[in-house]
Amino acid sequence: MSTLAQEFSKGILKENPTFRLILGMCPTLAVTASAINGFGMGISALVVLLCSNILVAALRNVIPDKVRIPAYILIIATFTTIVDMVLNAFAPDLHKALGIFIPLIVVNCIILGRAEAFARKNNVVRSIIDALGMGLGFTLSLTILGIIRELFGSGSIFGVNVMGTAFEPMGILATAPGAFITLGVMLGFVNYMFRRLRIE
Amino acid sequence: MNLLAIVFVAILANNIVLNQFLGICPYLGVSKRIETSLGMGMAVIFVMTISSIVTWIIDILLLQPFDLVYLRTIAFILVIAGLVQLVETVLKKTNPTLFRALGIYLPLITTNCTILGVALLNVQAGNNIIETIVYAISVAVGFTLALVIMAGIRERLELATLSSYLRGAAVSLVTAGILSLAFMGFKGMMTL
Repeated sequence: MSTLAQEFSKGILKENPTFRLILGMCPTLAVTASAINGFGMGISALVVLLCSNILVAALRNVIPDKVRIPAYILIIATFTTIVDMVLNAFAPDLHKALGIFIPLIVVNCIILGRAEAFARKNNVVRSIIDALGMGLGFTLSLTILGIIRELFGSGSIFGVNVMGTAFEPMGILATAPGAFITLGVMLGFVNYMFRRLRIE
Repeated sequence: MNLLAIVFVAILANNIVLNQFLGICPYLGVSKRIETSLGMGMAVIFVMTISSIVTWIIDILLLQPFDLVYLRTIAFILVIAGLVQLVETVLKKTNPTLFRALGIYLPLITTNCTILGVALLNVQAGNNIIETIVYAISVAVGFTLALVIMAGIRERLELATLSSYLRGAAVSLVTAGILSLAFMGFKGMMTL
């Protein structure tokens, strides 16, 4: 049995959902045109993941094995709807920017994946730690991608102009092709770093 | 919006994968060979059309009259999951040839976010039933098109000498980026 610290750090580094497991690609590509949107999406997914992991772990002896997938989807959909409503009420700008990708948290493979692979076999505390690690790993990856694309695509970070007026933004990075290319190059870079530092 | 515009925009100008980032997982997962990508494409066309019609009817007849619009996400995902199962069972009994052809792709579709995405986009845009059907089919055709092109490129990419760090998902994403760049050209043809 691995310790809680290992459980927490694996989501951020060794099993980072975006860069190592290549899960949840749709929101990763779609909302990272700016750092704040990437961060917002990451936190939204983190909240849903945390709540669903807690509930799945708490009910792991109650939910019959045969109907567990529909049950998990129902749990995840409920929390997604709550997050959708909360964002709509308290952060309408972010809600508008993330658009269709908030309801689509339901079909984010990371969340169902953690319920199926982790929460249904572990107790509540370990599931919370797992959700926090995975969620933070996802948030971190999205924020990093957002920072890179925003910095070079529009010359700012979190909406603050840092490149000065002489900088000519590479508009392509803020558009759809830029998303694919930035993520592809980042994946290659992360693979290189992992092999170099022998993290396995 | 007239129907032809819907078709053009959904297939080319605003391609669901390359421009709207929906369905990236199957796009990267089942684009290794042309035959499998065609099979997946057909399954998506089939399920997306049916699920869009069913979710549209549920939205108009159940959710809107009873003021339950906030339950959309939950209702739709349950309907889609059930529907995929139903389609699988019905096909197995009535059309074994088609079932064998779509076979393993059907269960994979439940986790394909294009299906839920298109169902939501349709009701959010307030499309009528004809527009809903046309839009669903066009989006699915656009998905198939992107998938098959990608599979064709990846079949050749297998033979290329590549840095081992870039093999797999990394190079696929960069390829998708270049494809997306090409599809951007269609945007200039029509003001959305």
